Amino acid sequence: MTDQAYNFAYLDEQTKRMIRRAILKGIAVPGYQVPFASREMPMPYGWGTGGVQVTAACLTPEDTLKVIDQGADDTTNAVSIRKFFQRTAGVAVTEATAEASIIQTRHRIPEATLTEGQILVYQVPIPEPLRFLEPRETETRKMHELEEYGLMHVKLYEDIARHGTIATAYAYPVKVEGRYVMDPSPIPKFDNPKLSNSAAIQLFGAGREQRIYALPPYTHVVSLDFDDHPFVPSKAPHDCDLCAASDSYLDEVITDDQGGRMFVCSDTDFCRTRREAGHLGPLGVPMQETV
Amino acid sequence: MYVAVKGGERAIDNAHAWLAEERRGDTTVSELSVAQIREQLALAVNRVMAEGSLYDPDLAALAIKQARGDLIEAIFLIRAYRTTLPRLGASLPVKTEEMAVIRRVSATFKDLPGGQILGPTFDYTHRLLDFKLAAEGEVPAAPTAPASTAPVPHVTEFLNREGMIETEPTGDAQPADLTREPMELPANRALRLQAITRGDEGFILSMAYSTQRGYGRTHAFVGELRIGTVAVEMDIPELGFAVEIGEIELTECETVNQFKGSKTVAPQFTRGYGLVFGQTERKAIAMSLVDRSLRWAELGEDYTGAPAQDEEFVLMHADNVQATGFLEHIKLPHYVDFQSELELVRRLRAEVFATQEAAE
Repeated sequence: MTDQAYNFAYLDEQTKRMIRRAILKGIAVPGYQVPFASREMPMPYGWGTGGVQVTAACLTPEDTLKVIDQGADDTTNAVSIRKFFQRTAGVAVTEATAEASIIQTRHRIPEATLTEGQILVYQVPIPEPLRFLEPRETETRKMHELEEYGLMHVKLYEDIARHGTIATAYAYPVKVEGRYVMDPSPIPKFDNPKLSNSAAIQLFGAGREQRIYALPPYTHVVSLDFDDHPFVPSKAPHDCDLCAASDSYLDEVITDDQGGRMFVCSDTDFCRTRREAGHLGPLGVPMQETV
Repeated sequence: MYVAVKGGERAIDNAHAWLAEERRGDTTVSELSVAQIREQLALAVNRVMAEGSLYDPDLAALAIKQARGDLIEAIFLIRAYRTTLPRLGASLPVKTEEMAVIRRVSATFKDLPGGQILGPTFDYTHRLLDFKLAAEGEVPAAPTAPASTAPVPHVTEFLNREGMIETEPTGDAQPADLTREPMELPANRALRLQAITRGDEGFILSMAYSTQRGYGRTHAFVGELRIGTVAVEMDIPELGFAVEIGEIELTECETVNQFKGSKTVAPQFTRGYGLVFGQTERKAIAMSLVDRSLRWAELGEDYTGAPAQDEEFVLMHADNVQATGFLEHIKLPHYVDFQSELELVRRLRAEVFATQEAAE
């Protein structure tokens, strides 16, 4: 059901051209935040308007789109954004990571390794990694220009002095190709290693803050750390209770009011694929029974 | 046994259906028409047009109906529609000195050419609930007088003749369009005014109020407040001259501010400027105060750290569509981030307890 009152993928072609230029500039200067004239979208700011605009500018009628939020395809906001593109672009959609040509995500990188030709679009709330150290945009842009990232290292150092460890669990800052410090969006730091050397194009859209930035394929991305306090990706020390995966990021699910809880893969497609392949955790059921 | 939570799609569809039903309310009560909202809730319509940055009373009324009277939601609907419209060109600057005024008051001069015209204002009403309105009552016709065709010049022009007030620089430069280009800071005055006129009425009001209470004091007089319709003209390249393409209602406020002079400027009155779609005088007055307050650097005044002097603070937080979206996004799921925080706090706590035990 394509809505004829709007252009393909909602945005008019001039707007898409403007966004594509910002994306190309972002790809040419990895990690640099490119200002762009973000449009009002029919969903609220803070709900993925940056990602939606980037996706709209990239979509072609032949694309297959996957949308996830918190790793899952069926969270309400992912459903809403997927429906938006089904309605305005009429593109094919999928839940299978490998089948998608464009994946829009909020807060996760899929567990399955991405391949060449795929585009991963991140929704970004605050694109500026230095924002909570310096609230002024005029100042932070200068800091990036001068590659003056001392403040960030001081912050990480203060974490270690206070807590004995770097107390940032998500939106963990990275350095791109030895130049720009970049906010990877609020993905858990468990996902940070997947940013580096990925075969896919990674695009980051921040609608309210009017910024686009990008990581071209095979870009070297390093999570900030110190020699004596190296970066450690972390997750709950459990296996998935449904598919028994030991290497995936887990959500904690409260099962009763007696302190009972279980851990399940946050990436629903990854978990389902494993269960379909016969992997079963202690609380899992074979796939055919749950359908 | 546990089956992961599913059903987001059905939940959304059902929620929307319920919302539509709630919007209609009790079906034994007759439905509001868009025309009724446009005519009888005109000030709400004006606010939606002003902050939605789209002059269309019918669409604004429709948005208010669709939004169940939530004006920020209605503004959002208008913005999301507006953004899909092509920008065909720019009008000539509107000539507010030629405005057909329905209201025009000056707080600085008792009488002046063009006269004081109170117009349809709440100003001197007693705020007593009028229970007659609860019953449907016809309103007696208001007395009329023939419209004056005399010119209504701007008050600030009188002051300007004596050199008592700063002269506004004129120029043909096309102002930036913040709906088409990302806002760059520091912004110029044109861009600031553009951001403030579509900014949230409540936010701009509070910013202006704070300057009155001493946070970046500017001591403003309302030199003039005028409301009325102006012609919108556009140059048509094929014709080689400008043609009138329509009329819009505007509220314009010019404040006159004390200014003792600074190192660079001799004592002179200075200006604050407000211009807003529709009859929106609270917003226009507030806008002119905030405008004046943000001009401290150009006039060589001291920066006292007041919020209303801080351009970046004001401009980055004035837009209610941006603000409400980001504020309300925190009700979206954050399981993944929260989970990573849970792990971190558990680990930090475990380390603290381990150290305590070791110490004991």
